[in-house]
Amino acid sequence: MSDTESPGNSQALVDDPGAQPGDTVTGQDEGEAGTDSRFGGALREIVSGSAVISILAVVLAMVAGAILIALTDQTVHAASGYFFSRPADTFSAIWQAVSGAYGSLFQGSVYNFSRPDFVDGIRPLTETLSFATPLVAAGLGVAVGFRAGMFNIGGRGQMLFGAAAAGWVGFAFDLPPGIHLVLALAAGILAGALWSGLAGILKARTGAHEVIVTIMLNYVAFYLISYLLSTKGLLQAPGSNNPKSPGMYPNAIFPRLLGSQYNLTIGFLLVIAATFAVWWLLNRSSLGFRFRAVGENPNAARVAGINVKNTYVFVMLISGALIGMAGANQVQGVITTGFTSGIDAGLGFDAITVALLGRSRPWGVFWAAILFGALKAGGFTMQAVEGIPIDIILVVQSLIVLFIAAPPLIRAVFRLPQPRAKLRPKASAVQGKKAVVTK
Amino acid sequence: MTAVTSNVGSSHGAPGSSVVALATAEVKSWKAPIALGSFAVIAVILFALVTRAGTGISTFRLSTSQDFFPLPALQLPTRATGVVVSILLILIALAAAFLVRQSRRVPIWVIVIYAILFMFGFLAWAASGGTVPIPGLLIGTVGLATPLIFGALSGVISERVGVVNIAIEGQLLAGAFVAAIVSSITRQPVVGLLAAMVAGMLVSFVLAAFSIKYFVDQIIVGVVLNVLVQGLTSFLYSTLLSPNAQALNSPIQFPRVNIPVLSQIPIIGPVLFQQTVISYIMYVTVALVYFGLFHTKWGLRLRSSGEHPQAADTVGINVNRTRFWNVSLAGAIAGMGGAYYTLVVVGAFNKEMTNGAGFIALAAVIFGRWDPIRATMAALLFGFATNLQNVLGVIGSPVPSEFMLMLPYVVTIFAVAGLVGRVRAPAASGRPYIK
Repeated sequence: MSDTESPGNSQALVDDPGAQPGDTVTGQDEGEAGTDSRFGGALREIVSGSAVISILAVVLAMVAGAILIALTDQTVHAASGYFFSRPADTFSAIWQAVSGAYGSLFQGSVYNFSRPDFVDGIRPLTETLSFATPLVAAGLGVAVGFRAGMFNIGGRGQMLFGAAAAGWVGFAFDLPPGIHLVLALAAGILAGALWSGLAGILKARTGAHEVIVTIMLNYVAFYLISYLLSTKGLLQAPGSNNPKSPGMYPNAIFPRLLGSQYNLTIGFLLVIAATFAVWWLLNRSSLGFRFRAVGENPNAARVAGINVKNTYVFVMLISGALIGMAGANQVQGVITTGFTSGIDAGLGFDAITVALLGRSRPWGVFWAAILFGALKAGGFTMQAVEGIPIDIILVVQSLIVLFIAAPPLIRAVFRLPQPRAKLRPKASAVQGKKAVVTK
Repeated sequence: MTAVTSNVGSSHGAPGSSVVALATAEVKSWKAPIALGSFAVIAVILFALVTRAGTGISTFRLSTSQDFFPLPALQLPTRATGVVVSILLILIALAAAFLVRQSRRVPIWVIVIYAILFMFGFLAWAASGGTVPIPGLLIGTVGLATPLIFGALSGVISERVGVVNIAIEGQLLAGAFVAAIVSSITRQPVVGLLAAMVAGMLVSFVLAAFSIKYFVDQIIVGVVLNVLVQGLTSFLYSTLLSPNAQALNSPIQFPRVNIPVLSQIPIIGPVLFQQTVISYIMYVTVALVYFGLFHTKWGLRLRSSGEHPQAADTVGINVNRTRFWNVSLAGAIAGMGGAYYTLVVVGAFNKEMTNGAGFIALAAVIFGRWDPIRATMAALLFGFATNLQNVLGVIGSPVPSEFMLMLPYVVTIFAVAGLVGRVRAPAASGRPYIK
């Protein structure tokens, strides 16, 4: 992606803060758009209806999910057997299946109407935010990599290391309140950063492709942590033969944010702070400028006097630190009773989709993570209530990203008018995906 | 680790002299000798200094019962073998250092010999008092590597034509899923295999359509397709396959076919010629892809579309059509690899049964420098390392199994960092061609 031949490329690097002060925030994924005026082309896309595109993409993905649900529903199958004698039965069965599924999805993620009072009814929303918490952190990590042109697939390994380090500090030492929590979190962040930095150093010093190295490091981390967890005297809980660590000391556990009836912890506040920090880093700091310069065109960055190799290392350190934070959140906020080698729960890969959906902008990632958190929280309810496997959520999530990435497809499906940037169709086509910088 | 010494040209000769020697730079890369040296140190410590329990005799079994003539089992004294291997490894490392000092490259065959020697020494050390079944080790290698090889070939074709294929995992999984269903319904494994090719191709269609028609970033499409296929197959597995396992998820498998005569050659026979049809197709595919890529018009067009699409377009090649159909072809090849899971190895579809094989195949593509033969070798290396862990688990491994399982990935990192170095992808791979 580094040197796509688009005329709009050069302006992407021009630093002109406040060039479009009048631009307002337009949609869920473009929260940052008003401030991030560097992507002039991307901004034009947003103004010419990208928020609409995003919403329609979600709608289209949900429709696809509904079709899947209807196709596999038993009642629909039975009713379609006599479709030509009583077609209404089939349609009512489809309606039952789909509305039941999405109804429980909503009740599991936003507000549960079957509860009498607000305190219980709003509980699903807090669940959504809890599920979103690690996704924000890890998604930010992947996004930082994307902005610097690096693809960090190593989320799994970095989360495992982050979780293991935070967990170890959490159960091996008994420290005073406050200090313990911070130390465990710092250990997690550091471990994630170092594990990821390894890939950065290898890329900088030897030219090893970061995609291949981070994939490999995922497996190495998994087996290493498995070994530590199944060896006495290391991470394994004393007096147990299971590959599982002891539980955390109470002082290392994140306090609940809204009282004990909700699972939401202060981890959520931490990731909001992290989102601010990443926004500042990428858009206001010189380090972030170097990241984006390297991401746009490493050769130009080198000519401009940026040390590209060191930048690779810094990018991976920061990316890994954020993902390590997600790992620490897993052991300090979610599963505090001891962790296994499955503590990452696939979040390292979910983070990639989150970063893509958020178009690698910090606030975009934040809202994307909340959407995915909602789908996850609702998906579990849907599975429990309606018996629909939670895997449907993966389908919906991936379709959303796929559709959002291809605005022309959405426009074709919904017969929307073409954006006014028709004057330079080639450039705008490239600009559309330019926002998510990869490779 | 790279030292650059430059000899500034001797242009300060006699005034008026017309001979001007140009400045030259010699680039010495010390990575290979350092890597070889560190492994040699490990070898000395492990093989020569650490004493293993057991009888002190390591046995290598070379024959199976069906061979023309039985080869005697190789019995070696463990300690002495370790010492000899260590000395040889040190000598090779020194030779590599000497070559680099002379500003010459370390040839790849030296590294291959080194690796084989190291592995031999390791096996002898690990198998003290036990028996290593060499044919079994290699048969498992080919078996485990087969889907990886299909996946790697898919990646090679796709990237050579200019489309990054992260979706190998999805293509494998789709192939496995569809092969299981179709083979269960039709009771014909061949039909299942064909259906798997179609399934892989469908995944490729999406990849190609989005990346070529809509210019969506190819890595994004690939990653998302993996998630999509994983979600779809898992969802359909839970809702359709597992309630109707008898009807939909009990595929007829391919039988093992022994090729007459060839299958009775010691070691090579059981390893290569007592496999299933899919493996034989794999041999042919590797050869065809290699020949096609580098010796036919099709390959030339394919590679030019991936290296310099503008140039290809100028000479009349329809770049986007070339890309579309070759990406589809790549998907079909990966689909066959997926069918190998359900039609040969497991015999039923399970959720996420490919378990990251697509990513390993991707690593093999990069490790193999986008070359079909080298990528196949890399895939075989992964298969070997995985199977080594299985075999050593049986004879009692001195190393915790987690570290054995880690080995292929560590080796890959070493290889990519130290021995392959700065790999160069096809120049236009990952970039849409916009006329």
